[in-house]
Amino acid sequence: MVRILLAGQGGQGVLSAGRFLAESGLHEGKEVSYLPAYGPEMRGGTANCSVIISEEEIASPLCNTPDVLIALNAPSFHKFAPRVRSGGIIIVNGSISDSYAGREDVTVYDVPMGDLAIEAGDRRSANMAALGVLVGATGVVREKSIINCLHEQFVAKPRVCETNEKAFFAGKKFYENLK
Amino acid sequence: MSKILLHGTEAICEGAIRNGCRAFFGYPITPQNEVPEYMSVKMPQLGGTFVQAESEVAAINMVYGAAGAGIRAMTSSSSPGVSLKQEGISYIACARIPCVVVNIMRAGPGLGGILPAQGDYFQATKGGGHGDYHLIVLAPSSVQEACDFTYAAFDLADKYRVPCMILADGMIGQLMEPVELPPLRPLSDIPEKKWATSGHYGKERRVLNSLIIKPEELEPHVNELQRTYDEIYANERRSVSYLTEDAEIVLTAYGTVARIVKSAVNELRRQGIKAGCIRPLTLYPFPDDAFAACAARGCTKAFLSVELSLGQMVEDVRLAVNGKKPVYFYGRTGGNVPEEGEIVEAAKKFLQQAEEEK
Repeated sequence: MVRILLAGQGGQGVLSAGRFLAESGLHEGKEVSYLPAYGPEMRGGTANCSVIISEEEIASPLCNTPDVLIALNAPSFHKFAPRVRSGGIIIVNGSISDSYAGREDVTVYDVPMGDLAIEAGDRRSANMAALGVLVGATGVVREKSIINCLHEQFVAKPRVCETNEKAFFAGKKFYENLK
Repeated sequence: MSKILLHGTEAICEGAIRNGCRAFFGYPITPQNEVPEYMSVKMPQLGGTFVQAESEVAAINMVYGAAGAGIRAMTSSSSPGVSLKQEGISYIACARIPCVVVNIMRAGPGLGGILPAQGDYFQATKGGGHGDYHLIVLAPSSVQEACDFTYAAFDLADKYRVPCMILADGMIGQLMEPVELPPLRPLSDIPEKKWATSGHYGKERRVLNSLIIKPEELEPHVNELQRTYDEIYANERRSVSYLTEDAEIVLTAYGTVARIVKSAVNELRRQGIKAGCIRPLTLYPFPDDAFAACAARGCTKAFLSVELSLGQMVEDVRLAVNGKKPVYFYGRTGGNVPEEGEIVEAAKKFLQQAEEEK
């Protein structure tokens, strides 16, 4: 079972990335849950969601101590980094955040997601760069499942699909070059 | 059929639609706005009726009218809105009109907050409005159950001519999980309602009313209602017991909390503590049989009810356990949800307390 917390600013695609992940897990026949944080949120505020992907039935859908944190901006990185399980992974958007978690027991991947997204053709695809890193680092879902979901979602918008796909592979490649 | 990823609110709608719901009346309130949103698209597509009413009071009375005419009808709201509906629900219960009311609970009292809570247990299970009546109350704890229970609610409501409530916390409404949807039931498959005010057309005159002014008529009517509740109690109590056979401490919770409690039970077992849990699926009728069975076991030392309230279901647990074993309570309010670790610690503390008090 992998518990993933995705967090960022409203509009960065945190919730869509979470849904892609959950859909991908479902396509692979796994048990999944997707829980968006809802509250008196407003445009420009914070957004986060919890995604659990598991081989077995999922008991609690909460991610109080996630295995993986994907933080798309600095405030969410600092808010959630202390909650990550010891031995867990943090993937942080280095384009607009520092990457000092203040702890030694987690692996931090400092990824310039914003820059990778701009290179891919659309700065809004930083969320996909994050998923590229996640898939590379954890294999929680297969690359093909994410790409299939993308194609399904953007069937009427081939250009959007293409830039998102590019951003995803840029993230994955960035991770592979780190090794 | 393959599974699809759905929100809890959407699953409730699909459960309703697929079992013949063709009228929806509602008024917006967080965290259930996705229900009217979804129904506003689906009802017209299916030849049904969607009305965004001017208030919750209007919505429940529209349900009274539509369901009285024999249509499968539903309304949905969240805690403060469900409070507003209570007068109408009491009228509907008295007039014996089957319908489904969904309450996606948020934190109270008052306007409270919009985050998940279970503070409406008393209101849902003990009557809610005025007079002697009950609803059948179902408590889903997954998105699949949100669909299945709503589907079942329409059949239960029709069978007993009693309004049925889906009582879910805000988390169930917002959660997305894979769901296998039941097939769309043809309307011709739904049994005819011989009491419905569906037009004279040469039939005998039918009246649905909740004003029964003569005491010699009202008392038998209320007694007849009670006989129905007794029958419901005999037939429809449902719960799921998990690892209770050898449990020293039996935890209980409904809705989302039940899932966190199940995680806590697994963790307690890993730590060598014999824990189990009971998850009521029906809150009215309360599945007291499952609790009585555990209370009668020598191994059971204590019960612990975990709720998003300050202690409501725990009263029904105490009635079911009937003084045979101590019953403890742990709860959070205000929209906060207890973590697995909190529940594990509470269970350990109360088990120790039960052993010391013995």
